[in-house]
Amino acid sequence: MIRFDRVSKRYPPGVDALLDLSFEVSEGQVLLVGGHSGAGKSTLLKLIAGVEKSTSGAVLVGGQNLGGLPTSALPYYRRRIGMVFQDQKLLFDRSVFDNVMLPLSISGFPPREAASRVRAALDKVGLGKREKALPIMLSGGEQQRLAIARAVVGRPELLLADEPTAHLDGDTASDVARILLEFNRFGVSLLVATYAHELFPGGNRLLLDHGRRVG
Amino acid sequence: MKAWLSHHRQSASLAWRRLAATPVNSLLSLLAIGIALALPAGGQMLLSAARQLAGTATATPQISIFMGNTVDRAMANDMRSRLEKQAGVKRLQFITREETLARMKAGAGLRDVIEALPANPFPDAFVIGVGDERPEAMEKLAAELRKWPGVEQVQLDSAWVRRLDALLKLGRSALLLLASLLGCGLVAISFGIIRMQVLTQHAEIEVSRLLGATEAYIRRPFLYHGSLLGLGGGLVAWLLVTASTLWLRAPMAELAGMYEINLALKAPDIVESGLLLVFAAVLGWLGAVFSLRQTIENT
Ligand SMILES: Nc1ncnc2c1ncn2[C@@H]1O[C@H](COP(=O)(O)OP(=O)(O)OP(=O)(O)O)[C@@H](O)[C@H]1O
Ligand SMILES: [Mg+2]
Repeated sequence: MIRFDRVSKRYPPGVDALLDLSFEVSEGQVLLVGGHSGAGKSTLLKLIAGVEKSTSGAVLVGGQNLGGLPTSALPYYRRRIGMVFQDQKLLFDRSVFDNVMLPLSISGFPPREAASRVRAALDKVGLGKREKALPIMLSGGEQQRLAIARAVVGRPELLLADEPTAHLDGDTASDVARILLEFNRFGVSLLVATYAHELFPGGNRLLLDHGRRVG
Repeated sequence: MKAWLSHHRQSASLAWRRLAATPVNSLLSLLAIGIALALPAGGQMLLSAARQLAGTATATPQISIFMGNTVDRAMANDMRSRLEKQAGVKRLQFITREETLARMKAGAGLRDVIEALPANPFPDAFVIGVGDERPEAMEKLAAELRKWPGVEQVQLDSAWVRRLDALLKLGRSALLLLASLLGCGLVAISFGIIRMQVLTQHAEIEVSRLLGATEAYIRRPFLYHGSLLGLGGGLVAWLLVTASTLWLRAPMAELAGMYEINLALKAPDIVESGLLLVFAAVLGWLGAVFSLRQTIENT
C-alpha cells in the first residue's frame, strides 16, 4: 500500500526533516509513527498525503510514485486519502455538517447522496445530533471527532491521523483511538503519528529521531 | 459534467451569499460601479440621439441650386447641359417644381396651406454632388454658380451636417476614452473587492486545497463574485440611464419641437441593455481574474 524508498525531505532553509527513510505498510495495516517533537512525524504523513514533496527517494502509494504525479493530478490523488491534521484545519465559520460536506462537494458528489453520507459519518463519530453546531461550540474531543468524520466521509483507502489524541484526557483520547481503529477494521489502512501508542494495541511501530528511523 | 454544473450553481450561490453577507459594502460598491458605467452609457444614448439627428440630413456634401420663377423648362434644360459640362460636378439631379409640390403636399401639416395657394410657389432646382468635397472648393464652385443667369439661390446643404459630423466624431472618441477609463475603474474595484475576499477566505482556500480541490474549483466562486459585482453594477447603470432618459424625454421633445428637428432620447433597447450588462459582467470577471492571479497564486 505504502512504500518509502530512501526518502529524504529538506525544508527550504535547510532543515532535514526526514533522512534516508525506508519502510512499507501493507493494505489494512496500522502503523504508529512515534518520535520526539520535531522528529519528522508530520512531515512523513504530509509526504503520503501529497501535501509536501520528498527531496529525494521515492514515495509510493498504491503503486503510484508520488514524485511522478503531475501537479494537475494531485487534487484527485488527495481525494483518495483521508487526513486528520495535527491542527485539525476545521472551518470555524461553517457548521459541523458543512465541514464534513466539504470534501464531498469538492469531489462533486450529488448533493442528496452526499448529505446522507455526511450524516452517516457524523453518526459514526457520535456527532449525529450536533450537525448544526459551529465547531467553536464543540469540546476538544468533539472537534477531533469532527476532523475524523471529515477525513473518512469520502471513504478513503488510507487514513492518516496526526496526533489525534494530543490534548485530550484519558477517556476522550481512548474514545478517539477506538473510532480510528474501527475504520481500520473495515479495511482502511491507518497511519497514526502519536506518542500514545498504547491506545492503538496491535499496531506496527516506526520510531523517528531527527528524521532518521531508529525503530 | 453534472458535478461540474452543480459546482457552478454552488459557486454562483456562494458568491451571492458572500455579496449578501456585507450588504452595505456590496451596495456601495454596486453604486460606485453603476455610476461609473452610467456615465459612458448615458453619453452613448445622447450620442445616438445626435447621430439620429445627423442621419436625417445627408452626410455627403451637396449643393442645391434654385432657379428663378421666370425660368422655363427649356432654359432649365439648357442649364442642365451646362452643369453637366461644368468641372467639379460629379452627380446631377434635376428636381422639377411639380415634384417638389407633390412632395410637400405628401408631407405632414402643409397640405392645407399649399392647396390654398393660387400657384406653385416652388422653383425648379438642381442638386449636385461634387468631386472635391473640401469646404473651400465647394464654396468656390457655389460662388461661380451664383453668377449664372437664371440662378436665384445657391445653397451649400452640408455645412452644418459636416460640422455636426465632426462633433459626433469628437464625441465618440471622448466617449471611448471615458468608457475605457471608467472600465478600468470597474476592473480595479472588482480587483480590490476580490482581493479582500481571498484574504478573508484564506482558511477555506487552504483547507479546500488539502482536501483535493482543483484550482478551478477554488477560483470559481471568486470569478462568480466578480461577475456578479459587474452585473449588479451594470444593472444599477441601466436603471440610472433608463430613468434619466425618461426624465429628460419631455424637455427634449419640447426642444426638438421648437427647432423642428428630429431629436428624441431613447431609453436603451434590449440589445443595448444586454450589451451593457454583459460588458459590465465581463469587466467584473476580469477584475477577479487579475486579483486571483495576484493573490491566490501567492497563497
Ligand atoms: N513548513 C516547514 N518549513 C520549514 N521547516 C519545517 C516545516 N515543517 C516542519 N519543519 C521542520 O521539520 C522538522 C520536522 O517537523 P515535523 O512537523 O515533521 O515534526 P513532528 O515530528 O511532527 O513534531 P511535533 O511532534 O512537534 O508535531 C522540524 O525541525 C520542523 O521545524
Ligand atoms: Mg507534528
